[in-house]
Amino acid sequence: MAGSKLTIKDLHVGIDGKEILKGVNLEIKGGEIHAIMGPNGTGKSTLSSAIMGHPKYEVTSGNITLDDQNVLEMEVDERARAGLFLAMQYPSEINGVTNADFLRSALNSRLGEGNEISLMKFIRKMDKQMEFLEMDLDMAQRYLNEGFSGGEKKRNEILQLMMLEPKIAILDEIDSGLDIDALKVVSKGINQMRGEEFGCLVITHYQRLLNYITPDYVHVMMQGRIVKSGGPELAQRLEAEGYDWIKQELGIEDETVGQEA
Amino acid sequence: MTTETNLSFDKDFVRSFSKEMNEPAWMEEFRLKALELSETLPMPRPDKTKIEKWNFTQFDAHTVKSDAFTSLAELPEEVKALIGDESTAKNLYIQRNHTPAYISLTEELKGQGVIFTDIFTAVREHSELVKKYILTEAVKTDEHRLIALHAALINGGAFLYIPKNVEIKEPIHSIYLHDHADANLVNHVIVVADDNSSVTYVENYLSTLESSNSVFNIVTEVIAKAGAKVQYGAVDTLAKGITTYVNRRGSAGRDARIEWALGLMNEGNTISENTTNLVGDGAYGDTKTVVVGRGEQTQNFTTKVVHFGKNTEGYILKHGVMKDSASSIFNGIGHILHGASKSNAEQESRVLMLSEKARGDANPILLIDEDDVTAGHAASVGRVDPVQLYYLMSRGIPKKEAERLVIHGFLAPVVNQLPIEGVKKQLTAVIERKVR
Repeated sequence: MAGSKLTIKDLHVGIDGKEILKGVNLEIKGGEIHAIMGPNGTGKSTLSSAIMGHPKYEVTSGNITLDDQNVLEMEVDERARAGLFLAMQYPSEINGVTNADFLRSALNSRLGEGNEISLMKFIRKMDKQMEFLEMDLDMAQRYLNEGFSGGEKKRNEILQLMMLEPKIAILDEIDSGLDIDALKVVSKGINQMRGEEFGCLVITHYQRLLNYITPDYVHVMMQGRIVKSGGPELAQRLEAEGYDWIKQELGIEDETVGQEA
Repeated sequence: MTTETNLSFDKDFVRSFSKEMNEPAWMEEFRLKALELSETLPMPRPDKTKIEKWNFTQFDAHTVKSDAFTSLAELPEEVKALIGDESTAKNLYIQRNHTPAYISLTEELKGQGVIFTDIFTAVREHSELVKKYILTEAVKTDEHRLIALHAALINGGAFLYIPKNVEIKEPIHSIYLHDHADANLVNHVIVVADDNSSVTYVENYLSTLESSNSVFNIVTEVIAKAGAKVQYGAVDTLAKGITTYVNRRGSAGRDARIEWALGLMNEGNTISENTTNLVGDGAYGDTKTVVVGRGEQTQNFTTKVVHFGKNTEGYILKHGVMKDSASSIFNGIGHILHGASKSNAEQESRVLMLSEKARGDANPILLIDEDDVTAGHAASVGRVDPVQLYYLMSRGIPKKEAERLVIHGFLAPVVNQLPIEGVKKQLTAVIERKVR
């Protein structure tokens, strides 16, 4: 079997008692790149947080499976070791922990006791990926995300992605705050990962990113649901015409969560 | 504290102990006078920690007999781990409970006039020097009951003297090994660095017992004369159940420097006072402290720099992690006296709590009686950020390991700056053990 399959069925998610996702259905297989588009406040980031298991989000009903494993029963670290990865919109800064120590620890926790990567092999691998992403090699010894610029943080997320080689990756607004050069580098990293073994969900509200990462499927999210799905041509139409035509088609006045008639 | 405490040891006991140790008459008198004082002086009052119910004064055995070590090969593994191999353990004192169990000092240093012995030998053989410095300059016998009691009952310790202009490159190391459940330690350490000398002194207070119902009363005096430089490192790992009063105090003369690197990792209730008196003009004091509290222990860490001289600089940097139900008070005091113009007092205290039941409190205090000075402080007390843990775990790192990373990270800014490489290594290992 090529790659893994992430299945999301009728997912309802709330935060502080307020329901944000109202029945999301989605299936991502190895080899596929999906894009979820939609204006702000429609539940895109909530979906990614719920898949990864952010402590603030509560899944009220529905289910998520990775192949035959029930993702919702797993701790955050177990989800990661099962093959999920989330490139976060706002990565945490962690004082005193170097980027290299963190990544080695993450890699070793996947490999398991007794199979740890040797320090030399790790350094070679990390240097290689950093060069590929045109990152300053000093960043390996800097404290994790501390004092990183917006662009550096995003590159660092992609570096982690490339080092950890997940089965399914979710990229939450990886393009926000990036200039065009950084966007190209980040896209280069993601395209490098493409293959039968790798499935990806790209969350964005700009079509711009999809010029560099061509999706196989495009979904539009409004009011906490996927309201329209299609191929890459859907993204292009959204770029040209905006979201209003979808709203009209579906009779939606305000696309944000909590505004449905 | 107004109730009279019946001390376990009386005048006759002190007199006979002093005789048994062949101490000169002045020392016997010094002890007896201190004993008398201990009956009337009040207990110390560490700010924000109630110690009324703590036992500092009642204990059965004053000294226990332990075997000495004839070679380093005989040392327990825990001690071996602290000293590395023989090539790096050239200047080493090991005290086993109360017994001076091993001592070495290179011929070169002996030739330069350096004195490094156990406190009893020092009292006998370097009587005048000890008399000049013991509880006269840095710490005073009559400050409170615990110091007076300490002076009366000293039953261990070391004396280090570095003559003028002697610069010692390799660290001088002492290890106070506690491996007898009945041992209560009243340890006195004196480090005197004469004019323009320099030394790095490292000490370990180490229990190899799992727990022990003991009382430790430790006073350390560091005298840095004009232009002298003392780097003082300590890693304390005393066992659960030991109630400790530890006072490390330095007095820095003109243009002298005292730099402390303290890893306060006891498992029992501890009152720690670390003061640097910047007496001479241009004196410099720096204290870096790392603390990990766990279990049920209650601790109080008061770090103080007092500026007497002009152009003096004092720095306090203290980071602590509290686990389980551990509770700690971090007091930082920068005091600039009238006349200490152009001085600078800076301090930073940070406490990270890992559990709901852990308690931490950081109190930065600046006392300034002079106009022409600079001063600053920063303090924070917080809990581990669940979003940080989520981020680390989202990369596959299990929760325990994620917490371990965050703790190491929290302490790293202090650990990395410790001036003594050996202490840095030891501390990293102790932290690793404690946070696992």
